[in-house]
Amino acid sequence: MKRMESDARDRARAPHPRSQHAPTGAGSRNPGIALDTGWVRNVRVNRSAVERRTATLSARRSVKKEWQAAWLLRAITCMDLTTLAGDDTPGRVRRLCAKAMQPVRKDLLDALGMADRTLTVGAVCVYHEMVSTAVAELHGSGIPVAAVSTGFPHGLSPLPQKLDEIRASVAAGATEIDIVISRRHALTGDWNALYDEVQAYRDACGDAHLKTILATGELATLRNVERASLVCMMAGADFIKTSTGKESENAILPVGLTMVRAIRAYAERTGYQVGFKPAGGIRTAKESLAWLTLMKEELGIGWTDPHRFRFGASSLLADIERQLEHHVTGRYSALHRHPAA
Amino acid sequence: MTRIPEIFETLEYGPAPESAQPAREWLEAHGTRFGHFIGGSWTSPEASDLFPVHNPAKDEVLAHVAQGSGGDVDAAVAAARAAQPAWEALGPHGRARHLYALARGIQKHARLFAVLESMNNGKPIRESRDLDIPLVARHFYHHAGWAQLMDRELPGYGAVGVVGQIIPWNFPLLMLAWKVAPALAMGNTVVLKPAEFTPLTALLFAEMAARAGLPEGVLNVVTGDGATGAALVAHEGVDKIAFTGSTEVGRIIREATAGSGKRLSLELGGKSPFVVFDDADLDSVVEGVVDAIWFNQGQVCCAGSRILVQEGVAEGLERKLRARMETLRMGDPLDKSVDMGAIVAPVQLERIRSLVEEGKAEGAKVWQPTWAVPSEGCFYPPTLCTSVAPADTLAQVEIFGPVVVMMSFRTPDEAVMLANDTRFGLAASVWSENINLALDVAPRIKAGTVWVNCTNLFDAASGFGGYRESGFGREGGKEGLWEYVKSGWEGTSPAGANAVVEGPPAPGATPGPGAGTPSSVPAIDSTAKLYIGGKQVRPDAEGSLPVHGAGGVLLGEVGSGNRKDVRNAVEAATKAQPSWAGRTAHNRAQILYYLAENLEHRAEEFTRRLTAFSGVEEAARQEVETTLSRLFSYAAWADKWDGRVHATPFRNVTLAMREPIGVMGGVCPDVHPLLGFVSVVAPLIAMGNTAVVIPSETAPLLATDLYQVLETSDVPGGVVNIVTGLRREVVPTLADHDGVDGVWYFGSAEGSADVEKRSTGNMKRTWVSHGHAVDWMDSTSGEGAVYLREATQIKNIWIPYGE
Repeated sequence: MKRMESDARDRARAPHPRSQHAPTGAGSRNPGIALDTGWVRNVRVNRSAVERRTATLSARRSVKKEWQAAWLLRAITCMDLTTLAGDDTPGRVRRLCAKAMQPVRKDLLDALGMADRTLTVGAVCVYHEMVSTAVAELHGSGIPVAAVSTGFPHGLSPLPQKLDEIRASVAAGATEIDIVISRRHALTGDWNALYDEVQAYRDACGDAHLKTILATGELATLRNVERASLVCMMAGADFIKTSTGKESENAILPVGLTMVRAIRAYAERTGYQVGFKPAGGIRTAKESLAWLTLMKEELGIGWTDPHRFRFGASSLLADIERQLEHHVTGRYSALHRHPAA
Repeated sequence: MTRIPEIFETLEYGPAPESAQPAREWLEAHGTRFGHFIGGSWTSPEASDLFPVHNPAKDEVLAHVAQGSGGDVDAAVAAARAAQPAWEALGPHGRARHLYALARGIQKHARLFAVLESMNNGKPIRESRDLDIPLVARHFYHHAGWAQLMDRELPGYGAVGVVGQIIPWNFPLLMLAWKVAPALAMGNTVVLKPAEFTPLTALLFAEMAARAGLPEGVLNVVTGDGATGAALVAHEGVDKIAFTGSTEVGRIIREATAGSGKRLSLELGGKSPFVVFDDADLDSVVEGVVDAIWFNQGQVCCAGSRILVQEGVAEGLERKLRARMETLRMGDPLDKSVDMGAIVAPVQLERIRSLVEEGKAEGAKVWQPTWAVPSEGCFYPPTLCTSVAPADTLAQVEIFGPVVVMMSFRTPDEAVMLANDTRFGLAASVWSENINLALDVAPRIKAGTVWVNCTNLFDAASGFGGYRESGFGREGGKEGLWEYVKSGWEGTSPAGANAVVEGPPAPGATPGPGAGTPSSVPAIDSTAKLYIGGKQVRPDAEGSLPVHGAGGVLLGEVGSGNRKDVRNAVEAATKAQPSWAGRTAHNRAQILYYLAENLEHRAEEFTRRLTAFSGVEEAARQEVETTLSRLFSYAAWADKWDGRVHATPFRNVTLAMREPIGVMGGVCPDVHPLLGFVSVVAPLIAMGNTAVVIPSETAPLLATDLYQVLETSDVPGGVVNIVTGLRREVVPTLADHDGVDGVWYFGSAEGSADVEKRSTGNMKRTWVSHGHAVDWMDSTSGEGAVYLREATQIKNIWIPYGE
């Protein structure tokens, strides 16, 4: 009986009004759809099989030499250069923004044949308090500012407060909002509550893009990861993101593959292309290639640019710079040869 | 001019070549010409004896190797024979050290082995580097352990002797490891013939082994084609043949070795089902198909080449598969970014092409990706065939290429039925997120390996081998060791009173002391019929044979069975088998105990009957006593001959289950007509087989007297079927019968040879005595583990877990 009521509630949940719009290509947004709990409940993820796939994925694709350099440059453009520390200051954020606008030494870009390109990172990601500093610093660069929000990283602040936080960040100039979901909704299977929550966030975002952090390290199972991914997309997420970087388990490929397959299933069924952002623990150039390979193999080339793919990273860039210099000079590089963020 | 800006936009993959240099240097160091490796050194073949070995990806000759002649095989067998006693005498620890050194040698030169393998075979370097070669090393490590533990784990067993091993071209070095490691570990010496197309890594291995200190003659490699293999199979100095390859050649080898007394293990072809239920993780299923049929270009004996998918998800799976095929990459096997390399040789490529053309002509829809295959070299694209019926060529024939057929089913029962609708039985893969369903279906599929939610996983700790026409014997795990050992008493006739070589009865043979029909024996009703399906039935020909006792006294008559009676008995046994195997082992034990109980009630009667045949009452009494004990032994074993859980290096449970072979023929010895009968029948039925039994030809009345005992002991109809008659009439029919899964034969050397020869129709398992007598009264040689092993086959079920 309870089940029937719950299903009745599902039906009452109308898709977001924006869902009337058809997707219009790379810049288009995901308007969401009505919550489909049948779909959510029917999710099947075989962890061992997923792990086998991810274990061989990087071994099956090797990019070397010019290809490696080009792929690493691409990875930079997909990077959400991030600082989320208790001791962030305006000065620290300004330095980060400078790095975001010039992530690779100019002489290296020249040597890589990229002199005539404006190569920047995908976005700068900060706490709300730092949004206005970042917006001012990045003015004219075209680099969006993303704010982590909704009681990041735990997400346990009162809902009205969380909604206000989103609105405040948007008002301060953030055009991307990285929210954290209430893990308890996923852990208790209360998909209605999760859907309502994310839809409320989406409304509060207005024109700002909504990135939903699942905090997968706290969702326990890959099935929960896929279910939460689907519910967030149904509720209108523009991106689904793995982790806050503060959970004990960061972004790992099996979780990424599960989320990416959810994105594919959602796109096949609705036509809406939702982006993916692995975040937390991605520190090496090699790992960034593995993630790009995952995107290209599972979703295709359309999911390898910053409209559909981002890395959340703070120290990744430094390793990529070293690899790029190695490509140019043939000698292994050192951290201090590259401008600090 | 850098291409970086362009690649930055397209995010294309570039070439990622593994260097061929180390392999080329090794080939050059040998002048790209190789003799055989015999007795620790290279032979120097005449130029006219050399043939070219190719790189199938490049239409390029890599080297020339020698065509092994009969003389070369002689020399190699002689070297192996000379080396064998010392090798076995080296003892477990000494051999363990050598196997350990071989494992280390593989690891030290892993890249060279991998590159050479990919160049010669055409398989992607990712596979040779990440799968073949690591598994080779693992196999030698694992078997170093078995060598070390041999005395404790296989007490009473020794080496078989000189082993001839013939391996295929699809996993050249891995198949070498599967064969050589257990053989050497158990104290055998080896003559190995690698495949004609792919001999190079075997030659490199022989050189590496010698450098690692393996004694001369322990491992000999003779290269060549099928003629060389045939010479090895026929060689009288070889004690055992182990072969991996096609069922067609396996059949020839079975026939060629019939009656020779050579041990034989065969790992043959397959058409393995890949069963997808509607509650499977379909995205993972897609990757499973990639691993099942596009791994090693589908040139895998256990390739999942028949997708059976539940109807409701068939369309979705097909769509996903077609999309996935587009992203597979094919090209230079040494490129680290390819999923598929080259087909091993033009002749194989042509076979694949013509079979797919045949499939098209039969109405199959053939899907291939839009990308083009390389124009140079032997390449064939991944291929998915739909609109295929079970009767079509593509669904029946082993293609040995990257071609998979897809058919649908409605229910689990139908899935099992279709999965088993093949003459093969090598492997199967079952995909479902429901453990109840998966574990219900896995044991019902007739295959030596069943992978649940995975496919093509291999490990040295788990036995691999087939059911049905996929061959017999296991490779890997403890179950694989039995192929390379023999017990002290095997193949010898015991000394003493029982050392009678089986043969036709000598009419009017001199009776022993105290002979003659005791006057106390009551008149015997002499109308014994046959016992089929739990009923006493008249023989088809409605004829009888006289039965004589000691001193030539006519004791009675038995039905003279013919081929139709055998047919009917097999029908009954086939019908009874599933439910008999489905009973609990406890229940089968109870029935065996009950048989003993009821037999004891009539002990005096059986003693008198035996005495009537032998004339020796004390011996008769002992035989009855021993028979009762034997029934107790197998009742005891029924619920104790259980399997193992193998420690394979994955997060999974690998269950080695012992399963009955199915419908078994049992041809009983003439001597000990009661004990011999029970010694054959009890282990067979204890393990869940049903039996068609041909009792002692000379003293069949002991078996016919048992009808009533069987009936009163709750043995279900059809579990034991007894056909009396002349061996020459009934045994050939039994050995020929394609519905019989195995035959035990205790009798003459000629009869043994005939049974082995006739087994090739369906490659049934045979266990024959080659004319050697068995000491049935002895509890070591007359009962026990050997009988139980021969009554069962091992199925390994792989169940990965983790939520």
